[in-house]
Amino acid sequence: MSNKYLLEIGVEEMPARFVKSTLEQMKNYTINLLENERIEFEEVKLNSTPRRLVLLIDGLAERQKDLKEVVKGPSKKIAFDEEGNPTKALEGFMRGQGISLDDIFLQEHNGEEYVYVNKVKEGKFVEDILKENMPNMIKSISFPKSMKWGGKNLRFARPIRWILSMLNDRVVEFDLEGIVASNITRGHRFLGSSHIEIENVDEYVPKLKENYVIVDANIRKEKIKYGCEKLAREKGGNILQDEALLDEITNIVEYPTPIIGRIKEEYLELPKEVVITPMKEHQRYFPVVDDKKRLLPYFITVRNGNEDYIDMVIKGNEKVIGARLEDAKFFFNEDKKEPLENCVERLKDIVFQEKLGTLYDKTIRIQKLAVKIGNYLEVGEETAKNIERAGYLSKADLVTKMVDEFTELQGVMGREYAKISGENEITSLAIYEQYLPRYAGDELPTTTAGAVLSIADKLDTIAGCFAIGIQPTGSQDPYGLRRQALGIINIILDKKLNLSLGELIDFALYIYVEENGLAFDYNQVKGDILEFFNGRIKNMFIDMGIRYDIVDAILATGIDDVFDMKLRADKLNTWLNKEELNDILQAFNRVKTLADKSETNEVKRDLLVEKEEIRLYETFNIVEEKVIASLNKKEYDKALDYMISLKEPIDSFFDNVMVMVEDEKIKYNRLGLIRKISDTMLMICDLSKIVSK
Amino acid sequence: MYFQELMLKLLEYWGSKGCIILEPYDVEKGAGTMNPHTFLRALGPEPWKVVYVEPSRRPADARYGENPNRVYQHHQLQVILKPSPEDVQDLYLESLKAIGIEPLKHDIRFVEDNWEAPTLGAWGLGWEVWLDGMEITQFTYFQQIGSVNCDLESAELTYGLERIAMYLQDVDNIFDIQWNDRIKYGEIFKQAEYEQSVYSFEKANIESLTTLFNMYEEEARRAIEEGLVLPSYDYVLKCSHAFNVLDARGAISVTERTHYISRVRNLAKLVAQRYLKKREELGYPLLNKGGVSNE
Repeated sequence: MSNKYLLEIGVEEMPARFVKSTLEQMKNYTINLLENERIEFEEVKLNSTPRRLVLLIDGLAERQKDLKEVVKGPSKKIAFDEEGNPTKALEGFMRGQGISLDDIFLQEHNGEEYVYVNKVKEGKFVEDILKENMPNMIKSISFPKSMKWGGKNLRFARPIRWILSMLNDRVVEFDLEGIVASNITRGHRFLGSSHIEIENVDEYVPKLKENYVIVDANIRKEKIKYGCEKLAREKGGNILQDEALLDEITNIVEYPTPIIGRIKEEYLELPKEVVITPMKEHQRYFPVVDDKKRLLPYFITVRNGNEDYIDMVIKGNEKVIGARLEDAKFFFNEDKKEPLENCVERLKDIVFQEKLGTLYDKTIRIQKLAVKIGNYLEVGEETAKNIERAGYLSKADLVTKMVDEFTELQGVMGREYAKISGENEITSLAIYEQYLPRYAGDELPTTTAGAVLSIADKLDTIAGCFAIGIQPTGSQDPYGLRRQALGIINIILDKKLNLSLGELIDFALYIYVEENGLAFDYNQVKGDILEFFNGRIKNMFIDMGIRYDIVDAILATGIDDVFDMKLRADKLNTWLNKEELNDILQAFNRVKTLADKSETNEVKRDLLVEKEEIRLYETFNIVEEKVIASLNKKEYDKALDYMISLKEPIDSFFDNVMVMVEDEKIKYNRLGLIRKISDTMLMICDLSKIVSK
Repeated sequence: MYFQELMLKLLEYWGSKGCIILEPYDVEKGAGTMNPHTFLRALGPEPWKVVYVEPSRRPADARYGENPNRVYQHHQLQVILKPSPEDVQDLYLESLKAIGIEPLKHDIRFVEDNWEAPTLGAWGLGWEVWLDGMEITQFTYFQQIGSVNCDLESAELTYGLERIAMYLQDVDNIFDIQWNDRIKYGEIFKQAEYEQSVYSFEKANIESLTTLFNMYEEEARRAIEEGLVLPSYDYVLKCSHAFNVLDARGAISVTERTHYISRVRNLAKLVAQRYLKKREELGYPLLNKGGVSNE
């Protein structure tokens, strides 16, 4: 059982971002195959370099497990004649199965005896199964973007140039659209041999190492991390840690050698992001920082090769980053020549969205919306002023030379140029913070002004897109509206803002009508946006570990204050855990079902006849008062405690009082009472949505 | 290595690998891909191997001859290998050796980069090739040209000659490149750079160019209706250049931009479709020639 199978798909440089998913697909396909085919194995291991995807199956069986099956033949009556000799029918069956009389036995089935035989289907050689299935495995891999090449009827991320396929010491041969599997692999493009014969699977890793290829990505990663950190330490600093960059670099080199280069000190006078962005995003360099995270005049990059001629490589890289930083310095000095404010006018030349106007139009809308939200939150005069100013300057940096060249620096340059133009600290910071959070888990605005501006920017885009019918559908979300809605929700929760989403949407839509004269079905659009937000809220709460039925119970109240919803959800979550609830929930289920049949919640005391309904009415009046008092204090769990004290009177009401009586007045009065109870419950949450255990 | 040697060495190298060596095409264009020897020949099932230098005009990149790295017109050396051979990457790396770039002394990388030319309805997958961190070549496997799927996918190699020359000659300014032993790049092109910049950004007559664009578009349509593929394509190129000047001149808003691009793309598509039909009618004359190579 110590067989090893090795498959190496030799490719031209794979995009690093595809690697993880590709290896997962290969692994899943293979494990499924082995399990479905009854093949024993110990482990399926995956590895890769930019030029190879490697699959190793360890502890692989020689053959499939035999398949034991019982085959049913003719009934005894038909199988044997009166003398007990086999009939033609039985002989035919035995011939078909390739067995003799000694192999069969009789067994009862549905009251009749039948002929049976135990059959063992011998397992096929694993080698044959691999031969047949590995091409399909390769073809089954899907990529975000794939290509064809050289007229082959095959799609892959990049061209496949060779395939090594070996079981222990022999080739498991197959042909993939003219690419024939063999035992030949290739080493490092420049340092290694382009024709390496592998005699045994165990030789693969060491032989490639001799040829300057480290197959194990974890080893490469460690080597890079350790090497980069060592170089940085020698200069008294550390690399600016970035796990994603480290992973990317790991996947673009086969034999990593970290090197360190210098930049001119004068570039350190630029805003830090201006130096970091071209280093990381454009060149895949690690910036070097000191203990206080201040940049040092170095960068670290990783050569795909060894130490030979390293000075030449360093010099080349220094020249490239030098030219980029020189550009950045030029843009910075040019941009600084005029105050940021001057850029705002130029936004009139840039279309934000055809039907939603220019970036200038958006600026004015954001400003108005932010001011309204600020007032609504009663932020105070100082903050209100900052919000208004930051709103006006919010998009100005988009027409600066720097952002034109380095789009990733939007917001960052706004902040820097605002400071240089003499805007105050908070206003400047808010310009940067309008874009936060940029992705899931990103930092959130720290200032109130930034939080308000961020909500305004995102809400303006969401409202506008919905108003002109651009809503996210399925995987289509060209304006990233889902991400923006989540951003708004995250900010609200983080800043503990009490805001009605409905009112916010009103603000945003109203500005579109007022400023842009946009025409749309107001109620429809508003409803759609609210529903869209509720969808995000639901997903997000569930991700936070809140039960889905609790989220439903809260959404059913129609409350649109996200922070309050979260508060209720948390209270309800703990409250539901401690109570014995099944009976209670049942009572409120009945209430809700009946309440939906009533149009009003009017109750006339003098129409109440039975003692149980009178008792329910009177208890309710006391409870209602307490519930409302608790709600005002946001003590939702207490409110629920009061509410469920109605269980007993509700039960005895349902047990003893007939609601649907002939006398319409009495019937509707009783329905009204039930509706009244239900309405009060809905002020907290809809208990009928809770799923009982 | 002088600039002219660099061109010659690469032409010679690819010529020896079976490419026909052609001159640039005489209509102004933004990239070597737009030359009909690439745009049209990359379509259909006929093999093709070609190399040529293409002076490429990009009005928006003009900098009055003041920027050390950016110019109105630069030189691309364009190679088309159709179908892409198995060892295309090795062939490419060998070409670097031919111009004195020894891979063992450098760090050469293939960095993911997916090429797209919306005006041509063309895209492909491939890489930027980095030499010690600097992009020197665009390496693309064409997938679609003129919005038509490629039957036989080509490899396109586009060398940025100025970048490579700056590296080889160790100069920081494009205008300091030695063209030969006596003449510098700037001495040949600086005046053109300045004047073309003034024209593109300040003086181009927006009204006339807009009219020209419309006329070129109409002429392209008329020609293609007559079944004249190459004349029609010339006017598609003219449209594209007129659009580029208008764009640099700041005469085109973002919404109009998309509209202009789609107008050129639609023409390119008509031309591509008609070209394919014509080649089919002609019985794909190059089909059994192994391209133009005798390998």
